[in-house]
Amino acid sequence: MKELISSITKDYLYRLIKDGKRLDGRGLLEHRKLDIETGWIGTAEGSARVHLGDTDVIVGVKMSTGEPFPDTPDRGVMITSAELIPMASPTYEAGPPREDATELARVVDRGIREGKVIDMTKLCIKEGEEVWLAFLDMHILDFDGNLFDACGIAAMAALLDSTVPAETFGFGEDYPLPIDHVVIPTTFYKIKEQIMLDARLEEEMISDARLTVGTNEKGEIVSMQKGLSGVFDYQDTLFCIEKSKEIGDSIRALMKK
Amino acid sequence: MADEDVKLIDEKGIRLDGRRFDELRPISIEAGVLKRADGSAYLEWGENKVLAAVYGPREMHPRHAQNPSRAVVQARYNMAAFSVPDRKRPGPDRRSVEISKIMSEALEEIVFVEQFPRASIDVFVEVLEASAGTRCAALTAASVALADAGIPMSDIISSCAAGKIDGQIVLDLGKKEDNYGEADVPLGMVPSSGKITLLQMDGNLTLEEYKQVMELAMGACKKIYQLQRDALKRRYSTSLKNFEEMADDTEEV
Repeated sequence: MKELISSITKDYLYRLIKDGKRLDGRGLLEHRKLDIETGWIGTAEGSARVHLGDTDVIVGVKMSTGEPFPDTPDRGVMITSAELIPMASPTYEAGPPREDATELARVVDRGIREGKVIDMTKLCIKEGEEVWLAFLDMHILDFDGNLFDACGIAAMAALLDSTVPAETFGFGEDYPLPIDHVVIPTTFYKIKEQIMLDARLEEEMISDARLTVGTNEKGEIVSMQKGLSGVFDYQDTLFCIEKSKEIGDSIRALMKK
Repeated sequence: MADEDVKLIDEKGIRLDGRRFDELRPISIEAGVLKRADGSAYLEWGENKVLAAVYGPREMHPRHAQNPSRAVVQARYNMAAFSVPDRKRPGPDRRSVEISKIMSEALEEIVFVEQFPRASIDVFVEVLEASAGTRCAALTAASVALADAGIPMSDIISSCAAGKIDGQIVLDLGKKEDNYGEADVPLGMVPSSGKITLLQMDGNLTLEEYKQVMELAMGACKKIYQLQRDALKRRYSTSLKNFEEMADDTEEV
């Protein structure tokens, strides 16, 4: 099953976009209302619920101990997964993650992993034998477009909220999950030569191309993902990266509060 | 099941979380919390947090499961990976499959399924945080979400458990009480008619004890019923208010 959009809405959107306008009156590079709430899942080591307009996601971090990978014997392990549960949209079905959920999980994972957000060396208990495993589970509750940013922001906020449950596992006192960087993804959508930030569902459905850029607090690019069958040119990508830093900074500022 | 080391009730009859034997944990319900779903409800019950969404009536998939004379209510109870102390592997396990089945059957009783031949009415319940009694919380939230979706139904189901801890009959078992107690009886019913739509039991009870358990649980269902109705009323009074404001705005233009 696919999301459907009526031709009349489609035409209306195209007409608006030609004049640089949007359905909800936002500017092209304006986010929807962003609301971040951390720490309200008591059973998780860290959690965050993010509302990006009507898109509603929750990310929970659970930790346990296990064996490290043979090639990184002194580092902890992070495992990311996303569930597009049938609650969130009439088009989602129960069952194993499909390709869209897999891409989402991998893009969020890439930002955190490549951005070296967690200091994995501090998650080593005994080299080559036992390390901390951090499970990052993303739960999509209401789907109104742009899951990449909603989940990326929620994942970052949940990690910042996390405590390593050392006491429960008998490894001394609990301590905050060691975080080195704050990576924020921003996703741009290209519709008829116009580039806009944070598409809601209707906009996402008529998008030609999508570009997610993850930046850290130093303004460095740590991950990118281009999606959909349309194209960007080189100048477009420069524009998106430039804006991603700016917008990332404003969201980082919001997270500090 | 009983563990001598864990004392669940003190000499004054106060339970671990400070409740008396016949007290419920705090419950709050909000209807209409999701945009995409046709109806939804969010419920907090002690430390439990559950979200219910309803889609339908809509075309039934898979087709071969369609019923030519009535709609099928398909409930899906699912726990988030982070909802329990030890991470749960995503996806259905035997426990959630069973709960989904008995919830579907309970809800089918109140929905006027004969009005929608071949259709499916889908109820999705996500347990975001679990602390004993999630199936009762799920069924309670699902009923509110069904009503919020405007599904024709005869009434709503309220659900609550009662059981036995330290030899005493108590209402609404908490996490430790559930783990170390002697019996747990989750009940789902239509309080206005007394119809029992869900009933399970595990542990050990005499007939006399069973009667006491049911008396407590049925009494609690009546209270929960009121909370459900209040949530729905709030939902519709707010929409009415918004509508009136909209109407006012139009007049000004």
